Amino acid sequence: MYSFDYKRPSSLDEATQMLRNSDDGHVLAGGHTLLPTLKQRLASASDLVDLAGIEELKGISSADGVVTIGAMTTHSEVAASSEVQNAIPALADLAGGIGDPQVRNKGTIGGSISNNDPAADYPAALVGLNATVNTTSRSISADNFFTGMFETALGDGEIVTSVSFPVPHSAAYCKFPNPASRYAIVGVFVARGSDGVRVAVTGAGASVFRAREIEAVLNQGFSASSVADIQVSDEGLNEDIHASAEYRAHLITVMTKRAVDKANG
Amino acid sequence: MSDTGIGASVRRKEDLRFVQGAGKYTDDMNLVDQVHAYILRSPHAHAAVRSIDTSAARAGEGVVAVFTSEDMAEVGGIPCGWQVHSKDGSAMAEPKHPVLAEGKVRHVGDPVAVVLAESRTQARDAAESIFVDYDVLDAVVDMQAAVTDGATSVHDDVGTNVCYDWGLGDKDAVDEAFSNAHHVSRLDLVNNRLIPNAIEPRCAIGDYDQATGQFTLHTTSQNPHVIRLLMGAFVLGLPEHKLRIHAPDVGGGFGSKIFHYAEEIIVTWAAGQINRPVKWTADRSESFQSDAHGRDHVTTVELAMDADGKFLALRASTLANMGAYLSTFAPCVPTYLHGTLLAGQYSTPVIYCEVKAVFTNTVPVDAYRGAGRPEATYLLERIVQVAADDMGMDATDIRRRNFIQPSEFPYQTPVALIYDTGNYEASLDKALENSDYAGFGNRKAASKEAGKLRGIGISSYIEACGIAPSNVVGSLGARAGLYEAATVRVNPTGSVSVMTGSHSHGQGHETTFAQVVSEKLGIDFDSIDIVHGDTDRVPFGMGTYGSRSIAVGGTAIVNAIDKVVAKGKKIAAHLLETSESDIEFENGQFVVPGTDKAKAFGEIALAAYVPHHYPLEELEPGLEETAFYDPKNFTFPAGTYVCEVEVDPDTGTVEIASFHATDDFGVVINPMIVEGQVHGGLVQGIGQALLEGCNYDDTGQLLSGSYMDYTMPRATDVPSFSVDTTVTECTHNPLGVKGCGEAGAIGAPPAVINAVLNALSEVGVTNLDMPATPHRVWQAIRDAQAS
Ligand SMILES: Cc1cc2nc3c(=O)[nH]c(=O)nc-3n(C[C@H](O)[C@H](O)[C@H](O)COP(=O)(O)OP(=O)(O)OC[C@H]3O[C@@H](n4cnc5c(N)ncnc54)[C@H](O)[C@@H]3O)c2cc1C
Repeated sequence: MYSFDYKRPSSLDEATQMLRNSDDGHVLAGGHTLLPTLKQRLASASDLVDLAGIEELKGISSADGVVTIGAMTTHSEVAASSEVQNAIPALADLAGGIGDPQVRNKGTIGGSISNNDPAADYPAALVGLNATVNTTSRSISADNFFTGMFETALGDGEIVTSVSFPVPHSAAYCKFPNPASRYAIVGVFVARGSDGVRVAVTGAGASVFRAREIEAVLNQGFSASSVADIQVSDEGLNEDIHASAEYRAHLITVMTKRAVDKANG
Repeated sequence: MSDTGIGASVRRKEDLRFVQGAGKYTDDMNLVDQVHAYILRSPHAHAAVRSIDTSAARAGEGVVAVFTSEDMAEVGGIPCGWQVHSKDGSAMAEPKHPVLAEGKVRHVGDPVAVVLAESRTQARDAAESIFVDYDVLDAVVDMQAAVTDGATSVHDDVGTNVCYDWGLGDKDAVDEAFSNAHHVSRLDLVNNRLIPNAIEPRCAIGDYDQATGQFTLHTTSQNPHVIRLLMGAFVLGLPEHKLRIHAPDVGGGFGSKIFHYAEEIIVTWAAGQINRPVKWTADRSESFQSDAHGRDHVTTVELAMDADGKFLALRASTLANMGAYLSTFAPCVPTYLHGTLLAGQYSTPVIYCEVKAVFTNTVPVDAYRGAGRPEATYLLERIVQVAADDMGMDATDIRRRNFIQPSEFPYQTPVALIYDTGNYEASLDKALENSDYAGFGNRKAASKEAGKLRGIGISSYIEACGIAPSNVVGSLGARAGLYEAATVRVNPTGSVSVMTGSHSHGQGHETTFAQVVSEKLGIDFDSIDIVHGDTDRVPFGMGTYGSRSIAVGGTAIVNAIDKVVAKGKKIAAHLLETSESDIEFENGQFVVPGTDKAKAFGEIALAAYVPHHYPLEELEPGLEETAFYDPKNFTFPAGTYVCEVEVDPDTGTVEIASFHATDDFGVVINPMIVEGQVHGGLVQGIGQALLEGCNYDDTGQLLSGSYMDYTMPRATDVPSFSVDTTVTECTHNPLGVKGCGEAGAIGAPPAVINAVLNALSEVGVTNLDMPATPHRVWQAIRDAQAS
């Protein structure tokens, strides 16, 4: 780890100031991606601005069919939240399946989506549920937020403050984990909402994407059998020592079927 | 049986300090005035080193010194402890293994330079400013390619990548048997390369005392005396009395901490150069690239049978990866620890095994839990299953038909070993009963109902432990003896300190050995201390590996105890005014049977140290005895494992539905510890079968270089094990023990893969290599369906 200055603001304004005044400042949330990267010297920072002291970034609320989760809310808080469990059980379920207990006790929703690891789970939930990302300067729809591998629409010094999830009629997430890291080799989030079915796929491509072909057939009939014959193309899908593109394409269908079954309870 | 003697499940003494975080590991030590070493390693698998510019690093903040191989010209190469000869009688190729790269780097992670600085961070910062001018060469990664003509040489001075071409057995007789066979079964298989992952990464601290000229190395080692011998005599030229090796608590080894590593040499030598202690601790990524790896064989095996499925002959041909350099015991692993095990539990009359050891631009490969025996068991138990399928026989019937029978012991195998005892049918029967083998059909039907493929697999393994008679291994190329030593020191008030050459790095010796002493001397378990891991405190011993500790180290302790008792009898005879032959020792008392004359063990101890009423003319005072025990033979633990799996055909995921182990370890000292050893071994074996695979790309980059990509088994990957034992006592050591540390890792992989293939036979899959990852299983199903 190269040396850096540690800062702990108590308000968003203060945090924004600190970022603006630093050469190469980074926001620190749960630190479960950022700190290992710094330790391995794959990244460096002049300043780390720790968001842990900012109360307005914490907590979960729900009103008018929308669940809003503060950026600094940990995965275990989301998994255990009765509000989330009641409104969008699939989201609590997803959060409870991230990494291991240590990771869930530190990792945050804001950190996860800002990082946009191609194999992370949350991006699938945001896109699947048609969520809105609220930042210090604007609100961005999930479809426009995730722009590429480890890339988002966030600008310099822009901080995610919360994520708002419209409550769907039904939804489910199924992930096929990487046997080593337990990130998603393929994760499929299926949701049926007022504007139809959305199917978001993580792990398989450079960044989360919607499987429009599958959405179309599920809009015809929301059952696993509708998906049974769909062969997803493997073009452009990820390949590594754990899974070929072909295998990932196959798993998209399998995970979608399982998610639809789960959503139908 | 007392509640702390032989056979009791005594709770492990050492665990209190471990679970309280009070263990003292090497990295817990910080010496006054110490500096930190950072080792700059090669990012390339194969490259010529044109030049190294360390000037900027030397000027770095906090930097004390920077060394390259030029500075270490006086230091010898890292020696190899075993010399294997090829079929033609020539000695193996033994290229120099420099401590720091000399002109060339040969694997990713090969040490190139070392920076010493006041802090670890400063050392690492400075290392980033070292400029190494590399001329990158083609990397030799694949073993088949490495042995084809015209392949790039890993070692220019060797000229070929073949280290040796070894054979064992009567080739002509085997060929003859094959030509007359009713049926020949054949199988190509890969024994996947594994990366050991002890919880505690390696660490080494070198210390030099200018006043006495004494060097001390604190290190994470399974065998401190072996390190002292190798480093003192062959590398640094330090006499033994000026070199102390101390291996305190060690957090797991599995073989990877047997070997003598470059870092141990670097810190010891550097401490002498700068006259300050030098500390190095590996980080996890460094462990992946610098701890010796395990396994990595490519094998073709054939089994010849008569019409009744009786084995006539076995033939195996293996390429074994040595990596870039010969690690300490690497040459013996695929030869004398592998070829000699190919009889297994069977009375196959003739066997021939040939092994080509191959240099590649990868991390050196050496012994890893089981060392050679897992590879032997895997190929044998796989081909036996293939043979059963070919012959249309049940997996148990073909084994029973070929088992060596209890009446045949001692049994001379055609591959050198003589098994002293065993009862293979007994452990098979128990395993079948425990696993409800007969009820498999119903369980398979239930799985099918749920859309899953269910399979059952058997493995009847044997291993050779308790390495080993020194003259035997000497004739096979070992450059050391393989006895064990123990000193039993009875203190004046009757407590006992045992100094053993065995080394505990998780096995629980402090408990097991104390149980042996408590039983033999009839004294309180808590008044016995087991001391190990320090060449200044314990007699010259060979350390712990190959499940040898209780069989060899335990016997040395028993022999030393016998000497103590013999002397105690003399003292008692004097005190009781009777003749020595009248004295018996029982339950901690020296007694004259049939009388009320008795002396407690503590009284005799006191008399020995306060010899006021003592036969001083005939007997020295004191009560302390040392024994060196050289084993008469290997020991032969054996057993049968039954594994049941469920495969999800949609994803290729394999789940272990149940796992039943029945082992014959001879006499069991502590059943709880033995069960724990079996559990650990099984998890490692299942890890190899389903999860762990070391991957290099064509350029020699390690793709599975961290836990993001290298799959260690987790608790949720394994079932709740059923573990049972049968007992035939070892015939040639006084405790009747055989050893239990490696059995699980040896027996499990073929049981798992046989089960997976049994499940997949329904969908036409006939062969599959480890690890049977979901992707591989899914691909195999698809390929079978396509063809
Ligand atoms: C062992 C392990 C296993 C894991 N397994 C999984 C898994 O299975 N599935 C999964 O999805 N994830 C997994 N993760 C990732 C983890 O869950 C976290 O989501 C992830 O580390 C990022 O969250 P964080 O709070 O730790 O962010 P940090 O590491 O603190 O930050 C990550 C990045 O986001 C930026 N950032 C953080 N918060 C904000 C914000 N509010 N606004 C703008 N930028 C911000 C930081 O500057 C940094 O660049 C795993 C991590 C580990 C270490």
